[in-house]
Amino acid sequence: MNAWLTQHRAALASAFRRLFAAPMSSALSLLVIGIALTLPAFGYVLLDNLRELGSRASGVKQISVFMELNASRQETGEIENRLRQAGGLDWRFVPREDALRRLQQTEGMAEIVASLPRNPLPDAFIVEPRDSGPAALEALSRELAGWPKVAHVQLDSAWVKRFDAFLRLGRLALALLAGLFAAGLVAVTFNTIRLQVMAQAAEIEVARMIGATDAFIRRPFYYYGALQGALGGLLAAALVLAGLHLLAGPVGELAALYATAFTLHAPVASGAAVLGIGGALLGWLGAQLSVSLSLRRFD
Amino acid sequence: MIVASNLTKRYPGGFDAISEVSFAIDAGQMALITGHSGAGKTTLVKLIASIERPTAGSLVVNGQNLPALRRSAIPYVRRHFGLVFQDQKLLFDRSALDNVLLPLQIAGLPRRDAIRRAQAALDKVGLLAREKANPIALSGGEQQRLAIARAVVNRPTVLLADEPAANLDVDSARAILDLFADFHRVGVTVVVATHDQGWIERCQNVLRLDHGRLL
Repeated sequence: MNAWLTQHRAALASAFRRLFAAPMSSALSLLVIGIALTLPAFGYVLLDNLRELGSRASGVKQISVFMELNASRQETGEIENRLRQAGGLDWRFVPREDALRRLQQTEGMAEIVASLPRNPLPDAFIVEPRDSGPAALEALSRELAGWPKVAHVQLDSAWVKRFDAFLRLGRLALALLAGLFAAGLVAVTFNTIRLQVMAQAAEIEVARMIGATDAFIRRPFYYYGALQGALGGLLAAALVLAGLHLLAGPVGELAALYATAFTLHAPVASGAAVLGIGGALLGWLGAQLSVSLSLRRFD
Repeated sequence: MIVASNLTKRYPGGFDAISEVSFAIDAGQMALITGHSGAGKTTLVKLIASIERPTAGSLVVNGQNLPALRRSAIPYVRRHFGLVFQDQKLLFDRSALDNVLLPLQIAGLPRRDAIRRAQAALDKVGLLAREKANPIALSGGEQQRLAIARAVVNRPTVLLADEPAANLDVDSARAILDLFADFHRVGVTVVVATHDQGWIERCQNVLRLDHGRLL
């Protein structure tokens, strides 16, 4: 166990030494890896913010349930009971009097409303299911429409579907982009490690002759690949945060123009951890492929 | 300790570098493998050290039949040997001490203990004062002594050398021979391949090779 730990510690130290032995070359490699990871990471953060913005937008996941005009308070109360018993949704009751009052307050509507012989608006419920997927929304709409004394159920399902399709397309494009850049990261690490193996051919040859195992020879390269990937991932996290910081002001101003308070957000700690660990895994993969191919000539 | 039976090494193209060679070297012996250039000395050293795999025959070292071993077991077998090459195979990107440390790092020895043992090995070959020097700054004789320090630092059971004194002046060659004799005196099995007949009088076991066959 001690020997195992000693060898791993030595391999890690060797990886750090190699990284700092050629600072310019290492910095350029890190920059390439950092940028490769920044693009999909930034895309993910933007898409996540867009999804939240969409879900917060008025009416996107709301279902309006309008009662018949002749529905009594008791019948409306029955719907209220059903909604209370149904799980997984938030709702509020909008009495017909409140609805009329709001309509009156709308610019240019006061005179029209005053001229009406009676209140033409029904009692209504605004229902917001927690599952806001288009399929769930449509299923709930159909169910609500079947309840007694419900005259009309309104769901802007077309908008919801369009938004959902847009998000799915965005996620797919992002996954393709991430795959492409991940392959790029593996390729960068592959080439860096290949050059290192070539540069250390003499050491590898001697080490093998005096009893080094394959694991002993490979280990420092694996650590180097993982270290380079992890540092590149952390650099990407820093670049994403810097980008969000730059965009925060203009986005806030734009949101204020629409009378909302929206700020861009990103999962800082978990995001940096995902990028760091993901980068390390991809770097390790690149190193493994490279070492496996490069060491064949020593067999 | 080292028992070869009908040992053969055939290279691609059909050339037999070693052909049906049988011999035994007892533990603690100082053995000489000699013969003219191209006789197969280096190939035999490589076979004993498991650097090459035989085409046929058996080669038992410390009770293990080397040709039958799995590839993954070979590095552990090599650690029983201290290898000294004609061209030393030193690493010129590090100090003399770091060269000697390499076998101990491979064995996973803690760094502090490894440094102590490496310095002791350098002291034994008279190079402790040059521990920080790069091998390129050492003379040919010193480089060969450094290679010997690296070979013995892991306390091998067999010290195996291929032309260890080639290209050295008479005094340096004698110093190398004396070093091997010192290690032999403390119980290390020493196997030296050389065409230099000056070693014969110090060796108890002489294997003469000619065109890959034992005379």
